Amino acid sequence: MSSRITRDEAAHVARLARLRFSDDELDELAAQLSAVLDHAADVEALDVTDIEATSHPHPLVNVTRPDELRPSLDRNEVLSQAPSVDDGQFRVPPILGETP
Amino acid sequence: MTALEIAAAVRSGERSALSVVDEHLARIIESDREIGAFNLVLADEARSTATGIDQAVARGEPVGPLAGVPVALKDNLCTRGVPTTCSSRMLEGWRPPYDATVVQRLRAAGAITVGKTNLDEFAMGSSTENSAFGPTRNPHDTRRVPGGSSGGSAAAVAAGFASLALGSDTGGSIRQPAALCGVVGLKPTYGAVSRYGLVAFASSLDQIGPLASTVADAAACYEAISGHDPHDSTSIDGSRDPVVAGLGRGVDGLRVGVLAELCADSALVGGATGLDGVTAVEGVAPDVTARVDAAATALEAAGATISVVSVPSAVLGLSAYYLIAPAEASSNLARYDGVRYGLRVEAANAAEMNVATRTAGFGAEVKRRIMLGTYALSAGYYDAFYGKALRVRTLMLREFAAAYADVDVLLGPTAPTTAFELGAKTADPLVMYLNDVCTIPSNLTGHPAVSVPFGCGDDGLPVGVQLMGPALSEPMLLRAAAVLEQAALPGGGAL
Amino acid sequence: MSAAGSVREQALPAGWELVVGLEVHVELSTATKLFCGCANRFGDEPNTNVCPVCLGLPGSLPVANASAVESAMSLGRALGCEVRGAVFARKNYFYPDMPKDYQISQYDQPTNIDGRLELPDGRTVGIERAHIEEDTGKTTHIGGGGRIHDADHALVDYNRAGVPLVEIVSRPDIRTAEEARAFVRELRAILLAVGASDARMEEGSMRVDANVSVRPAGSDELRTRCEIKNLSSLRSLGRAIAYEAQRHVGLWSGGERPRQETRHWDEANGRTTPGRSKEDADDYRYFQDPDLVPLSPTPEVVAAIDAALPPLPAARRAALIEDCGAELSAVDAAVLVERDQDALVRAAVAAGAPPALTATRVCNDLAVEDWSKVTPQLLAELMAMESAGQVTATQAKQLMAEMADSGEAPAAIAERRGFKAMATDDLDTILQRVIADNGDAWDRYCAGDENERKKLAGFLTGQVMRATRGQADGSAVNRLLQEKVDRN
Ligand SMILES: [Mg+2]
Ligand SMILES: [Zn+2]
Repeated sequence: MSSRITRDEAAHVARLARLRFSDDELDELAAQLSAVLDHAADVEALDVTDIEATSHPHPLVNVTRPDELRPSLDRNEVLSQAPSVDDGQFRVPPILGETP
Repeated sequence: MTALEIAAAVRSGERSALSVVDEHLARIIESDREIGAFNLVLADEARSTATGIDQAVARGEPVGPLAGVPVALKDNLCTRGVPTTCSSRMLEGWRPPYDATVVQRLRAAGAITVGKTNLDEFAMGSSTENSAFGPTRNPHDTRRVPGGSSGGSAAAVAAGFASLALGSDTGGSIRQPAALCGVVGLKPTYGAVSRYGLVAFASSLDQIGPLASTVADAAACYEAISGHDPHDSTSIDGSRDPVVAGLGRGVDGLRVGVLAELCADSALVGGATGLDGVTAVEGVAPDVTARVDAAATALEAAGATISVVSVPSAVLGLSAYYLIAPAEASSNLARYDGVRYGLRVEAANAAEMNVATRTAGFGAEVKRRIMLGTYALSAGYYDAFYGKALRVRTLMLREFAAAYADVDVLLGPTAPTTAFELGAKTADPLVMYLNDVCTIPSNLTGHPAVSVPFGCGDDGLPVGVQLMGPALSEPMLLRAAAVLEQAALPGGGAL
Repeated sequence: MSAAGSVREQALPAGWELVVGLEVHVELSTATKLFCGCANRFGDEPNTNVCPVCLGLPGSLPVANASAVESAMSLGRALGCEVRGAVFARKNYFYPDMPKDYQISQYDQPTNIDGRLELPDGRTVGIERAHIEEDTGKTTHIGGGGRIHDADHALVDYNRAGVPLVEIVSRPDIRTAEEARAFVRELRAILLAVGASDARMEEGSMRVDANVSVRPAGSDELRTRCEIKNLSSLRSLGRAIAYEAQRHVGLWSGGERPRQETRHWDEANGRTTPGRSKEDADDYRYFQDPDLVPLSPTPEVVAAIDAALPPLPAARRAALIEDCGAELSAVDAAVLVERDQDALVRAAVAAGAPPALTATRVCNDLAVEDWSKVTPQLLAELMAMESAGQVTATQAKQLMAEMADSGEAPAAIAERRGFKAMATDDLDTILQRVIADNGDAWDRYCAGDENERKKLAGFLTGQVMRATRGQADGSAVNRLLQEKVDRN
């Protein structure tokens, strides 16, 4: 079985994605992701240096909207969907880290 | 009754919309326990909308081209005030404060929403088994999957719960379940239908489209939902050619190419017109390929010319897709963090709350794809994986453009096999991913493709064949699909 | 050598050189947010200017605000940047104030690159890029005295989420704290000139981060830098840079090296404190936002933006000095341009007002909120009266104030108030009396050195002013004193 991705790498990726897995789950995931990447070896191996990237099927450019006000949502409707609310705002547990 | 027949009858007053809705609701009540197509049935709302339409008809007011037609909406389309779950615990109970553009357009056309249909969680899957609310079963054989991720929508149409359904197709999620459930499924040109209000899976690939029991119904639905939307920057002004009106024009002189890479066992590819040295995709069953050959024959009989066309990069589609789609998904699904809506699992601090919420709220397949996509975008791997996959996309666009210089449409299978049994492919993700191998190229290129039922496989289950064309070729694709539909009818000559 | 040079010497111990680059986030003053039609407005009730797009609700999609894009391009051109094709990218990281948990920004293909900003003293600072991005919401930490680490919970308001920003990144060309302040002042002047932003540091519509490092003078290496955040005024900016530079010199001199990190400016204690370490490099997983399409301004669009650019502060200062002569200091010219009074001065000069006097008078005596009633003609009239000796300097200042208030002609005000400069004969009589009354001072004046004379001239002039209740012309008194000494 391929080991393109180690458990530690999988754990690092999980941290980036804000997901938690047990060690067994990490091992299984590492193996499954490795298998997908093995399958993608055809893409990885391709020499595409002189081919530009396509992020998008259509070559659209300059799609903008006029700077005109549109109605905002009703605050009660918005907050009614929130898990926790206080004082017209979204309430979250203490934020330890600062903005990156 | 087809959707168009219902609309005609409702408009003329021959049938009441309410009776149509009640008839469908009765079927849902009777059989959906077994099928599991719906996450939510909107009986009261549907009946009151129907009553409104009937009153409008009585007053002689215009009621739209889909008046009184019961439609089912994949549960990843936002409906104002109505739960939209994406079949995920993460969004259980979430009531969006807005309607998707397609929902507004269907309503304006007079269609009546009867419910929200099940899907693979966040549209990630090919069997509708990855739903937090349980699987949907194939109405043709309830031990089997309906395909996915729009399995609930395909099953709803196949079971007669709704005349029309909307699905979303990121790698085949309309066409593959349409094929497995024996209905018509259209993935329109990227941008032809607004994505505003479709909960994103992979933004550069996602496209909303119809599932229907007939080609004409699919065409009518496409006409209703397509068109430019200022709320979607990637929206384009689709073809203004009438689709439904042109369906009867046939395929005389149409140049049809059998896509060699999808049809390794085709008698055509291997035979006199065959190409040497074609590398084909894995896993397409011979009985499915046989239906493709039969479709080619039927089109030829109707006046089309048949050739075999090779698009070598088509075999790279699956790999490119499973890098691009998870990458975009990993970013699109970051917002499910427990702060503003949906599930929250409390924890001591905000970051831990994010982790606890996401770990509890997402199912295994969603997590797997988020992991894969996060990895593909992360420092050191972007160029090797994501960046390369984007270049493969360019290659495919070039090669398909070259192919479309020689032929008008390409023909191939929709899914590699007929419907498989529940649980058959859940053990190995890669095996499940191979279901999308024939449908993915059109998502990467943004081109339209339609799956139309064309007989059965050796197991007696429906097989869909796929017609693919260049951007905005929907009228032509659906015209060809209508010819196949006719040919597949009893006495149509193809079965 | 520029004025900044001498400050540089004082700021750091000999042999060290300061290296500063600034990152300035500026909120664009559009009507609506960057990607939705919600109001871009400060001070509303929390979470009232929000919609599916700026709340990052599932299914919502961004559409770029044409005015924001145009505004960013105008700013770019005003900074001498190349405006080019650009793509929006997603910067992925989790934070509660960011609705989608990614920020739509520009990464490897920003709208503006390679510009420069000319400071009033003539030095230029390179601009690496000026890119468009969206702002985040606002987090309030509750409990624990509002300090982030002791807080009990936090509240989030998304009114600001999605407000259009331009992030201007300077090259590390800044060499003194004062230069950093001058850069920000000049940038603000440019922002106001092109109408891109109201650029108020105190209100947070302009936010400055400073990347600070030091190096041996004369070297061109770039040593470990620290990014200082939380700089909410020009004063903080200068103090923080000076503090941080000393800290770095201290570390290097002691054989240590600074850690690459984000640091916070603690205004109360006048020091920076360590924040997040940047050692484990952030992995933002940037990629092109598939919900948006590239911006591709044609040469015609860029030409139209250029054509619409107003005269910029540097050019206006130059024009003002050109019109008023070299006697007008760079500092006064900068003040006048900053206050938008350069056009008034130039028009008055064109109408015949004495250039240097007019510039000085406006600079010193028209520092009022509303001076819209002072037309070039009125100003020219007043300056003509003053320079002809018809009113004294003191009277001219009063006339300026009343004119700004009422818009009345200076001659009419002077008439009504009985203002007129003393005739020289009258003045001479009064001066004689003052000399007689202050014989001691007069003697010392005559015998004193230059310094002593200056002091006593001030005293004697003051006495004359007192005797005339301010109607004497100070410079005329000085002239008379000089004449008398010469005759002695
Ligand atoms: Mg920034
Ligand atoms: Zn908004």
